[in-house]
Amino acid sequence: MEKHLKVSAIKDGTVLDHIPSDQLFKVIDILNLSNCINQITFGTNLDSKLLGKKAIIKIADRFFLDDEINKIALIAPQAKINIIHDFQVVEKRELSVPSEIKGIVKCMNPVCITNHQPVDTLFSTIYENNELKLLCHYCEKITDRQNLKIISKG
Amino acid sequence: MSKNLISIQDFSKDEILEILKMAAEFEENTCQPIFKDKVIASIFFEPSTRTRLSFETAANRLGARVIGFTDSINTSVAKGETLKDTIKMISNYADLIVMRHPLEGSARYASEISKVPVINAGDGANQHPTQTLLDLYSVYKTQGTLENLSISVVGDLKYGRTVHSLLQAMSHFNPVFLLTSPAELALPREYKEYLINKGIRFMETTNLTDVIPNSDIIYMTRVQRERFTDPIEYERVKNIYSLNASMIKGSKPNMKILHPLPRVNEIAIDVDESSHAYYFEQAHNGIYVRMAIITKLLKSL
Repeated sequence: MEKHLKVSAIKDGTVLDHIPSDQLFKVIDILNLSNCINQITFGTNLDSKLLGKKAIIKIADRFFLDDEINKIALIAPQAKINIIHDFQVVEKRELSVPSEIKGIVKCMNPVCITNHQPVDTLFSTIYENNELKLLCHYCEKITDRQNLKIISKG
Repeated sequence: MSKNLISIQDFSKDEILEILKMAAEFEENTCQPIFKDKVIASIFFEPSTRTRLSFETAANRLGARVIGFTDSINTSVAKGETLKDTIKMISNYADLIVMRHPLEGSARYASEISKVPVINAGDGANQHPTQTLLDLYSVYKTQGTLENLSISVVGDLKYGRTVHSLLQAMSHFNPVFLLTSPAELALPREYKEYLINKGIRFMETTNLTDVIPNSDIIYMTRVQRERFTDPIEYERVKNIYSLNASMIKGSKPNMKILHPLPRVNEIAIDVDESSHAYYFEQAHNGIYVRMAIITKLLKSL
């Protein structure tokens, strides 16, 4: 059977593959794609051997800096970044978790200053028992992955 | 050393010892008006008697003028001004800001906005570093050292911020901690992991009488009714974590009882007359420690 792409190919740009389906809209939020004027196509709930169900985003003529794209490592650590030129994958990038996260994640502590005043959140990333956690620079409390909420830029 | 005092975690062992040494010098000579030309802002967004008066006494003994407010009701905060704007304005007026605020992390945020040093006088349940330094000064004064002591911490180890900061600060000095609390108010896992990572020995128990004979310091804290979901459970434990004169008979001669105050019923009045009682002197020590901190921060400018 002929291989058929569920999401059509782009000539130049960036493909974000292997995003867990339930994280797709968070990835869109983090990368601020709702305000992006480029042509974007995405598919979700596609079959994936790795994830069960995956999502994929293709953004034409847009290339991300490492600092920008690494932000999604928080919620989609297995995502694969493919750089496309002239319909060919010219580079594959792995994500790495940044040591500091500024202004993307909400602090889970309800009495943290960042939840009451117009202050950008700031976390350092720490690992406890191999689990990624975020330590709030302000209230010194930990936000773990189960309680990770993305601040919507919508 | 940073130009602010926000969290006890910001201080190295040497910086802690330097503050204690300066505090001892101020205690020797309590009136040193070295900052006659300085204005200190004491801004309390929630009421506090002891901490505010202690800071203002320290500032006055150093000759500084004090401006400020004692709660946020009659200030522009009540009109909806952001903390950022309040701090920006006050740092135009004063040479140093002492701040208490109910929100956690507010002091760190204020220090990033302010042009002048900020001392955290309590940011919600997070940090109260001058309390910790006066606790350490009290331990040092009564024991002659901070090293290798057996310290019992009693009561609310779950929510008590003074307890958490004390554990962190004392961890520089190879203590043994005897953690005594009802199961509901045991020390949270992250602090136990902190102690384990630092190689600090500790033992957990629910029995206060067991730990008394081995303690150099007994640090009492208040067990508050509102911490319990089951009111019967509170009634059951409230008197177990209460010290009275007969319980401390077999204690070490050097043993001292500390308490961040206010106490309710966790230390009986008959303990006050004992040579082991030290909680009122402890509060008094706060003035010298705060004089030392103010001096250190104003001199580093």
